[in-house]
Amino acid sequence: MVPLSYYLVLGGILFVCGVLGFLIKRNIITIFMSIELMLNGVNLTFVAFAAQWHSLSGQIFVFFVMVVAAAEAAVGLAIIIAVYRTRETLNVDQVNLLKL
Amino acid sequence: MTPNPYLWLIPVLPLAGAAINGFFGRHSSKKAITAIALTFCGAAFALALFIALRFSSAAAPYSFPLAHWIRSGSFSVDFDFYLDQLSLVMMLVVTGVGFLIHIYSVGYMWEDDGYYRFMAYLNLFMFFMLTLVLAKNYLMMFIGWEGVGLASYLLIGFWFVKDSAASAGKKAFIVNRIGDFGFLIALFLMIKHFGTLDFPALFAKIQPLSPEIAGAGTLTAIGLLLMVGAAGKSAQLPLYVWLPDAMEGPTPVSALIHAATMVTAGVYMVARSHMIFERAPSAMTVVAIVGTLTALFAATIGIAQTDIKKVLAYSTVSQLGYMFMACGVGAFSAGIFHLMTHAFFKGLLFLAAGSVIHGIGGEQDMRKMGALRRYMPGTFITMGIATLAIAGIPGLAGFFSKDEILWKAYSSPYGSPVYWLIGVLTALITSFYMFRLMYMTFGGDDYRGAPADDPHAHASHGHGHDDAHGHHEPHESPWVMLGPLVVLAFLSVVGGWIGIGGRFEHFLAPVFQAPASELARETGGETASQLTEKLLMGVSILAAFGGWFLAWLFYSNKPQLPEKIAASFGSFYKAVANKYYVDELYAVLFVKPLINGSTEILWHGVDQNVIDATVNNSADAARHVSDEARHMQSGNLRSYAGWVAAGGALVIAYMVWMGVR
Repeated sequence: MVPLSYYLVLGGILFVCGVLGFLIKRNIITIFMSIELMLNGVNLTFVAFAAQWHSLSGQIFVFFVMVVAAAEAAVGLAIIIAVYRTRETLNVDQVNLLKL
Repeated sequence: MTPNPYLWLIPVLPLAGAAINGFFGRHSSKKAITAIALTFCGAAFALALFIALRFSSAAAPYSFPLAHWIRSGSFSVDFDFYLDQLSLVMMLVVTGVGFLIHIYSVGYMWEDDGYYRFMAYLNLFMFFMLTLVLAKNYLMMFIGWEGVGLASYLLIGFWFVKDSAASAGKKAFIVNRIGDFGFLIALFLMIKHFGTLDFPALFAKIQPLSPEIAGAGTLTAIGLLLMVGAAGKSAQLPLYVWLPDAMEGPTPVSALIHAATMVTAGVYMVARSHMIFERAPSAMTVVAIVGTLTALFAATIGIAQTDIKKVLAYSTVSQLGYMFMACGVGAFSAGIFHLMTHAFFKGLLFLAAGSVIHGIGGEQDMRKMGALRRYMPGTFITMGIATLAIAGIPGLAGFFSKDEILWKAYSSPYGSPVYWLIGVLTALITSFYMFRLMYMTFGGDDYRGAPADDPHAHASHGHGHDDAHGHHEPHESPWVMLGPLVVLAFLSVVGGWIGIGGRFEHFLAPVFQAPASELARETGGETASQLTEKLLMGVSILAAFGGWFLAWLFYSNKPQLPEKIAASFGSFYKAVANKYYVDELYAVLFVKPLINGSTEILWHGVDQNVIDATVNNSADAARHVSDEARHMQSGNLRSYAGWVAAGGALVIAYMVWMGVR
C-alpha cells in the first residue's frame, strides 16, 4: 500500500504548482486552470485522508468541491468569453478598468 | 422690615439700560440711545435719593435678600444687598456723579461712531459699581470688583483701533489682576478660618478677637492681601502704573471710572473691612505707609507732566494715597469723606479738562494751550473752583476733608507726625501742580495752539475731539457739557460743609465704631489738642497758598524760571519728568523676563518642541509609515494574490513549526 505521505506530497506539489501558475501567468485561462489545479491538489489530500482513516466525510467533501469547481468553471468560462468579446485580450494586466 | 424693598433695582436699572443699548443700540437713533441711557441711570439716581431721604440711622443697617446663590454645607453665599451709612454715601456718590457724567458724555461723545457702545458700557459700569458698594458679602463685592475692572478695560480701550489705547486697556486689566489675586486669596482665607463671607456674620466673628499686636496672624494676612487688592484697584504703589495709561480712554471715562468712583473702590473695601484692619495693626501700618508714599510719589510726578490728563491722573493717584493714609491711621470716616469730596472735584477737573480738549480740537498738551479763559469762561470758572477745592483753599470741599485726614494722621493712635509732614508736603505739591495746570491752560495772553486754518470755519465745524479733526479756534462747550460742570462745581464748594463739626464722622460712626482709645485721647487733652489742631490747620492752609504762590511765580510771573530750575536740577528733573522710570523698571524686571521667558521657554521650548512636536511628529510618523505601506496596494491583482499566498505560507509554516514542537 502506498503510504499516506506520498499522496500528501503529491497534493502539495500540485497545490504549489497551482499557486505559482496563478501568480506568474497572465493569461486568464491559464490562471483559471491553475485554480483548478489547486483545487485538485486539495481534493487529493481529502481523499487520501479519507482512505487512511476510513472516514467517508473526506470523500463527500471532494464531491462538494467538484460541484463548486464545475459551477465555477461554467461561470468563469462565461466571464472569460465576455471579457474577450469586449476587450479582445486575455491578458489580466490589461483588464484593469476598475483600477484608479 | 424692609422700608425700601426696591434697593435691588438701583444696580439693576443701569444693567437694563446697558442691555437695551448694547443689544439694540447699533440700529437705534442717537436720541433713543441717549434717552435710554439717561433714563435708566437717572432712575437709579432718583431711587437712590428717595431711599436716602427715607434712610434712618436708627434702623440701619438694612439688608435685602434677593436670591440664593451658593449653598454648600454650612457655607452659603446669597445675592443680598446691604445698606448702611457707608454704602449709602457710596451709592449716592456713584449714582449722582455717574448721572452727571452720563449727561456730559452725551455732549462729549455725540459725534463718535461708537456712541451706543459707549453709553452701554457706562451703564454697565454703573451696574457693577453699585453691586460693589451695595453687596452684603465679599463675594458679591468681588463680582462688582471684577465687573468694574471689565468695564474699565472696555472703556479705556474704547478707541481700540489706536494701539496705545488697546494696550493701555490690557495693562490696566493685567495690573488689576495682580491685585484681584490678592483679594481672592483673602476671600479664601476668610472662608477657611471664619466660614462665611457675609459682612455682619464675619465681623461678628472677628469682633471678639484681640488685635494681633506681635507678629503676623490670619487677620494680618487677610488684611495685607486685601490691601494688595485695594492697591491694584485704587492705583497705589507699586501697582499704580495702569492709571496714568488709562487716560487713553475718553475723558468722561477718566472722570467717572478713573477719578470719581471705580478707583475709590479700594478705599471703600478697606473701610468696609475696618473690623479686620483694626485687629491687624501691622496691616494698618502697611496701608498707611503705602498711602503716604503714594501720595508724595505721585504728586512729584504730577509736577513735570505736560499732558493735562496725565497731571490729573497722577493727582488722582496722589489723592487716593491720602485716602489710604486716612484708612491706615484708623480714620476710615475721614477717608470716605475725602473719597466723596474727591469724587466731586476730581470728577469736575476731568470733565473740565475734557471740555478744554473738546474745545481746542483734541489737543492734550498744556504747552499748546494758554489764554483759554478768554475762549471758554464757563470751563475756566468751574475748573478754577475745582482747583481751589483740591488745593485745600479754606471753605471749599477739599480743605475740610484733607484737613481732617492730616489731623487724624497726626493725632490718631495709629498716626505719626511723619505721616502728617509728608501729607502737608504733598498738599503743597498738589496745590503747585494744580495751579501750574491752571496757569498753563487758562493763563497767559496768547493761545499757543496752532492757529485756525480758516477763521470762518468756526460756525460750521464739527465738535471733534480726536486728532483727525484738525485745529479750530478754541470754543466753549455746549450746555449739555457745561451743566454737569456747574453742578459739580457747586458740590465742590459745599460738599465739604457737611463735615464741619464732625457731622459726617458722626453719621458714619455706627459703621466704624471709633476705637475707644481714640475717644479717650480726644477727651483727655482737649485744649492742648485743639490748639495743635488749629496750628496744623494753619500750616496746611499755608501749604495750599504756598503752592499757589509758587505756581504763580513760575508759570505766570516769571515763565522763564521753570526751565532754569529744571536745568539746575538736571538729572533729577529728568527722572521726575520720566515718571521715575517706573514703567521702564517694571519692563526690565517683570515684563521683559515674562515675555522672553514665554517666548524662549514656553513658546519655542515647551509649546513648539514638546507639545507641537508630539503632535507633528506622530502625524509625520504615521504619514511616513503609510507612505511606505501604500506600495503594497499597487492595484495589481496578482501581487495581492502573492501577498495572500505568502501569508498563507507563513501561517502554514508557523503551524507546522508549532506542530513539530
